[in-house]
Amino acid sequence: MNSELDDLYREVIIDHSRHPRHFHVMEDADATAEGFNPFCGDRVTVYLKKQDDRLADISFQGKGCAICMASASIMTQTVRGRRTDDALRLFDWFHNLLTVDQPSTQPPDEQAEPLAVLAGVRQFPIRVKCATLAWHALKTAMTRGGGVASTE
Amino acid sequence: MHRSSLSSSPSFSVSAVRQAFPILARQVHGRPLAYLDNAATTQKPRAVLDAIEHYYVTCNANVHRSPHRLSEEATHAYESARQTMARFLNAADPAEIIFVRGVTEAINLVATSFGQWRIGRGDEIVISEMEHHSNIVPWQLLCERTGAILRVIPIDDHGDLILDELPKLLNARTRLVAVTHMSNALGTINPVKQIIDMAHAAGAAVLIDGAQAASHTRIDVQALGCDFYAISGHKMYGPTGIGVLYGRRELLSQMPPYHGGGEMIEQVTWQGTTFREPPARFEAGTPDIAGAIGLAAAVDYLESVGLDAIAAHEDTLLDYATRELSAIDGLRIIGTAKRKGPVVSFTVEDVHPHDLGTILDAQGVAIRAGHHCAQPVMHRYDLVATARASMAMYNTTEEIDALVGGIRRAMEMFR
Repeated sequence: MNSELDDLYREVIIDHSRHPRHFHVMEDADATAEGFNPFCGDRVTVYLKKQDDRLADISFQGKGCAICMASASIMTQTVRGRRTDDALRLFDWFHNLLTVDQPSTQPPDEQAEPLAVLAGVRQFPIRVKCATLAWHALKTAMTRGGGVASTE
Repeated sequence: MHRSSLSSSPSFSVSAVRQAFPILARQVHGRPLAYLDNAATTQKPRAVLDAIEHYYVTCNANVHRSPHRLSEEATHAYESARQTMARFLNAADPAEIIFVRGVTEAINLVATSFGQWRIGRGDEIVISEMEHHSNIVPWQLLCERTGAILRVIPIDDHGDLILDELPKLLNARTRLVAVTHMSNALGTINPVKQIIDMAHAAGAAVLIDGAQAASHTRIDVQALGCDFYAISGHKMYGPTGIGVLYGRRELLSQMPPYHGGGEMIEQVTWQGTTFREPPARFEAGTPDIAGAIGLAAAVDYLESVGLDAIAAHEDTLLDYATRELSAIDGLRIIGTAKRKGPVVSFTVEDVHPHDLGTILDAQGVAIRAGHHCAQPVMHRYDLVATARASMAMYNTTEEIDALVGGIRRAMEMFR
């Protein structure tokens, strides 16, 4: 079990949770969406700036557990500059990585590789929502232009 | 420091108690289970499991209906369970014991039925800032339906009710005061007798939420003088899905039904339906017969161990946990009321409660992390969540040591 725990709380994850990247409010965002997990009270807001159908810039703000904060931080790194449909496909891959029985563990491209450090979350089903909260908010911001995303 | 001889009662033996709970022998993630989430639900002693099995194996039948031996036996067991619960709460009459699913259903029953009878536009209901959502939301819904007004007794920084505020909240329109006997999030034990007397002086009825208190303190509804008292079986070593609403007969007999259906009627015609006296009026449909029998077995078990001995043991555990946790730099205890049950809520600097919960679980220590279904309490302390260790009769100081060790390990991981 303790190796599973070490897999979950890799140093990279603790580092991202303590020093999240792209962690600020974006005043001139084109779209924002909030993710809220009523189970634990975690809350993140995702800000997007779009150029054509690309995510020209992304940032987030919020409060949550280490898994939630690290996942949001890594997400901003891995989707920045992507086309929106590509970002949605990446969410699907990441969601499968954490939830399906035999996921494809190979990240689809080089920019997506940092996501693999979150694979340890699959051993802790109750924490999957923590890791996907920011992604749900991103999806809401991209597809609905904003609003509140819930993991429920 | 208390290590082995934990209790002031010579006959209480925590190892004997632990033997009675089969689940405590299991391991979690290769470590012995230290179950410290008892405020969420308690484990079940063998006696409860046996009583449920015995019912299904020997006399499973519907109650109060069929003219055969099994039904007679099932009815007898079910009504004996009602008598056990009446004795446990010291109700004047078993007819004042209504079997419900738990405290949530009990409060919804009162909000709906007493509400329909007694509460209208402009009337007032008083609750407290430390209530569980189950003693907030039913009243909010009632207020939305009727135009009644909800008022809230505030709490101080320690988690004690500011009782001086209560007289200012009571007036001629106050119909009901509904407060918890013991807070699930803070551990506070409230001076309910005083609250009941103050509310009655103002002409208001009183409901006490006993979900947390029932396994820790002796309850005497007549001595308290409350109008309603609600308990959940699963928080007092009984099965899930069963609980009791005690209601004073004088009130119950005037209250309209909550659910309609079989068993609660006198006569049904197309011109109208008449209803039976309590408790049948409030128990529509086939009840949770096995649950009631299991709950009565839990009460028998509690009484065989001894409520006073249990309380003494749990006080020792609370003192020990409070002292050991306070010694951790960066740990803050939320809820330091004058009188507390064995619940310690806390936050740890730089470690989110949810991460702490996972790290402790990996070491076999089960706690709760979150808002404890008491979001207004979290707001009061400007928190989103806390970690909470809650003890029961079978816990030991060694398990608290495991908790403390786990917290220190988590702090190292996040240092």
